[in-house]
Amino acid sequence: MKVFNSYIGRPMERVEDLRLLRGRGTFVADVNRPNQLYAVILRSSTAHGLIKSIDSSEALALPGVHRVLTGKDLGNKVPTIPLRLQPLPQLEPFHQPVLADKKVRYVGEPVAVVIAESPAIAEDALEHISLDIEPLPAVATRGHAEARRSVLFEDHGSNVAITWKAFRGDADEAFKSADYIRRETFKVQRHAAMFMEPRGFVAEWDEAAGKLTVWGAAKTAWHNRRTLAAQLGLPVEAVDLIEVDVGGGFGSRGEFYPEDYLIPAAARIVGRPVKWTEDRREHMMSANHARDMECDVEFAVTRDGRFIGLRGQIWSDIGAYIRTNGSVGPRNLAQYMSGPYCMEHVDLKSSMLTTNKTPCGTYRGPGRYETDFVRERMIDLAAQDLKIDRIELRRRNLVADAQMPYPLASITPYDSSTELDSGDYHAVFDRCVKEFGWEERSKMRGRMIDGYYHGLAIGSFIEGGAAGPKEEVRLVLATDGALSVYMGSSSVGQGLETIMAQIAADAMEMPYHKITIFHGSTSYVKDGYGAYHSRSTVMGGSAILVGAEKLKELIRKTAAGRLGCKPEEVIINDEQASLGDTHLPFAGLSDTPLEVEAEFFNKKYTWAYGTQAAHVAVDPGTGHVKVVDIMSVEDVGRMINPLTLHGQAIGSIVQGLGGAFLEHLVYDDEGQLLTGSFADYLLPSATDFPSIHSITLELKPCPNNPLGAKGAGEGGLIPVGGLMANAVADALSHLNVQPMELPLSPPRIWQLVENAEAARAKA
Amino acid sequence: MQIEFNLNGQLVGADVEPRTTLADCIRNDFGQTGTHLACEHGVCGACTVLLNGEAVRSCLMLAAQVQGEQVVTVEGLSGDELTPLQAAFRKHHALQCGFCTPGFITTAHALLSHEPNADEERIREVLSGNLCRCSGYIPIVEAVLESRSFYQDAGSK
Repeated sequence: MKVFNSYIGRPMERVEDLRLLRGRGTFVADVNRPNQLYAVILRSSTAHGLIKSIDSSEALALPGVHRVLTGKDLGNKVPTIPLRLQPLPQLEPFHQPVLADKKVRYVGEPVAVVIAESPAIAEDALEHISLDIEPLPAVATRGHAEARRSVLFEDHGSNVAITWKAFRGDADEAFKSADYIRRETFKVQRHAAMFMEPRGFVAEWDEAAGKLTVWGAAKTAWHNRRTLAAQLGLPVEAVDLIEVDVGGGFGSRGEFYPEDYLIPAAARIVGRPVKWTEDRREHMMSANHARDMECDVEFAVTRDGRFIGLRGQIWSDIGAYIRTNGSVGPRNLAQYMSGPYCMEHVDLKSSMLTTNKTPCGTYRGPGRYETDFVRERMIDLAAQDLKIDRIELRRRNLVADAQMPYPLASITPYDSSTELDSGDYHAVFDRCVKEFGWEERSKMRGRMIDGYYHGLAIGSFIEGGAAGPKEEVRLVLATDGALSVYMGSSSVGQGLETIMAQIAADAMEMPYHKITIFHGSTSYVKDGYGAYHSRSTVMGGSAILVGAEKLKELIRKTAAGRLGCKPEEVIINDEQASLGDTHLPFAGLSDTPLEVEAEFFNKKYTWAYGTQAAHVAVDPGTGHVKVVDIMSVEDVGRMINPLTLHGQAIGSIVQGLGGAFLEHLVYDDEGQLLTGSFADYLLPSATDFPSIHSITLELKPCPNNPLGAKGAGEGGLIPVGGLMANAVADALSHLNVQPMELPLSPPRIWQLVENAEAARAKA
Repeated sequence: MQIEFNLNGQLVGADVEPRTTLADCIRNDFGQTGTHLACEHGVCGACTVLLNGEAVRSCLMLAAQVQGEQVVTVEGLSGDELTPLQAAFRKHHALQCGFCTPGFITTAHALLSHEPNADEERIREVLSGNLCRCSGYIPIVEAVLESRSFYQDAGSK
């Protein structure tokens, strides 16, 4: 029986589940090393200030306390964290030191590390460290930043780190002759990935071997290894980062944080293994925040509803330092604002402001969620002003199949030119309209039923994926015929082991259960890139295809040696290398394992795309919004596992709803974080959003990789903010309520209703 | 202080500090690391265990409070095979990263053991005490709904 191509496309149940469902996973907090000590971190409780003194003597006197590390213990200059993406030299002044030594710039910034016999003793010791900070005025808002209430980096002299510029065509000229221009300001609130497993590390230094091993890697182990080795002055080969089970990432986990240096460095200094696990409050003030933006944007449209251009200024509050991928969101905001629509003229500036808040990085759909909120709101406002149906207006402007590849705006100062690769945007749009039942549901628009006004919205989106430059694999066919696939891709909980085994099984024409996937640890392949920008399936999966071809060549060569024929005469089928009626099973084919290494190179992004429609009901008395239904349709080119992909879509949409309605990292005027627990920072729960539907299509395979797949898993979330705001506006259209700010929390909606009613009473 | 209790069917004893939580005791003293800590303030439910059959937050209990009681963790619910509830989670893809999953399994098990006929609204209400960041909850609810028949059958025997 030929098993070729029997796994890809099947909703395979996951191999990971067998351990995870029975409590047999190994997460980093479950890793223990003999003789280990525990670290806890003293974090600044002041948003902005000068460190006058740190006195650890009282803490050191406590029984069980081994060391208290401060900036002074880390050499002449405290190491700073380099950027992983867009490593512009002009951003170097804003790199974060791993410990604050002269100045603190946000609440939660690490100042000292206590190492003790138990976590409890270490936490007790925190309270015995005297930290004297002379407070400086805090920069907590864009207003503070621009008015220079303080300047975070005195040498730079301004709170504007850099400004990105997205450009296409000649916006100024185009706006001069435009029939219709609307200018609006929008805001998206600071929120975060908030994955469930707290971050942690266990680090062990082997003095005799000169070798450092760190458990707890995620996302980008090879990059982090290079960073850590350079900071510690070790050869790269002397450092191994080990990935165990990872409890969610969503862009945030696995980037290089101060603790990525501090815990290994502590292990080396004390000469014993050191373990650190953050608590939730620490997580909320130390792991990357995201999405904090405001903008002032103009949208130009012809009288007959053709989009002409976007022009304006965006401000991203990046927090106190630039994080490893901190430019991605601000860049995407400007470069991707046009989304899946034709937009010949773009002139958008996106400035990164430093403030005394936790630094920002990427969170699923970085920049895209925010920029789609702005664009889709603008489209609905234009439709209303121009009296063109919202559906028709979008249809008129979606990029057509015949226009592919369609270039997006160029961007400076770090070029990342890209073009929409392929797609039938109109077909997906129409499918969504139909599946959602737009026409039928439209009868409820604006109507009050059981105390709720009903409204609809629709919007389209693009989802970038498959960042290059490459991914690596190593395939080992054991003498018993089992295949091990070692790869640079990493798992953040998305089902990598299952999906990659499906791809490998088809590529090698082998049964799925004879394949084991090893991923994410630096000992597996020479160089890996990991899990970000929805790249694992495309990049890692394609690398497996390349590796499988090489392994088949080696199998043919090996079999030819035994069969006395030419390699090209050998046929591989059904786990056998065959010449005529002579069959050599993979098991026993060779006395030693057959091993190949392979790489897949790709510099072109994949662009999955889709359309979402929503039906909401708004209680004008309380401001509560019920999500009656959401229908999402997305084309991903090729699906590997419909079960896991559907799970990604639904989960992603619910995260988007969290951002639209619930999640908000709130700071006061002095830069104090007011939402430091799950009681204050609200995540969606099981009662919030019960009705969500998603359909995944394979209309247009990606032309740029052998799988034909497009990176997916972020897309569902991208349109949700704009969709919800438009649906609320539709429900409350009789009051002309126009939300321009997220989240759409009950108090905000209630206030908008109150204001609208007051305005109407006046008129 | 010395404590003794029944953990997953075995009588166990440990010398713990009075301030040691049940979660830390289960994880550190007995190596049962399926019980996860994600918030340590009783909101997320990842650390849910069964205390005499009731779902409780092991991060909010002290180890000393379970003296002489019966504690079952996710490890204690299944042997080499998945239970019907766990198999339904797998079938419906009700877990992605799997970190919150032990808490959902123990919570759902306690619910269906007491209320095998719980309807969707009741299931959502009870599960709303557990946070999952990956799944969007819909597949979890589907899995629990499907599992009811096994608990109904077990109850009628």
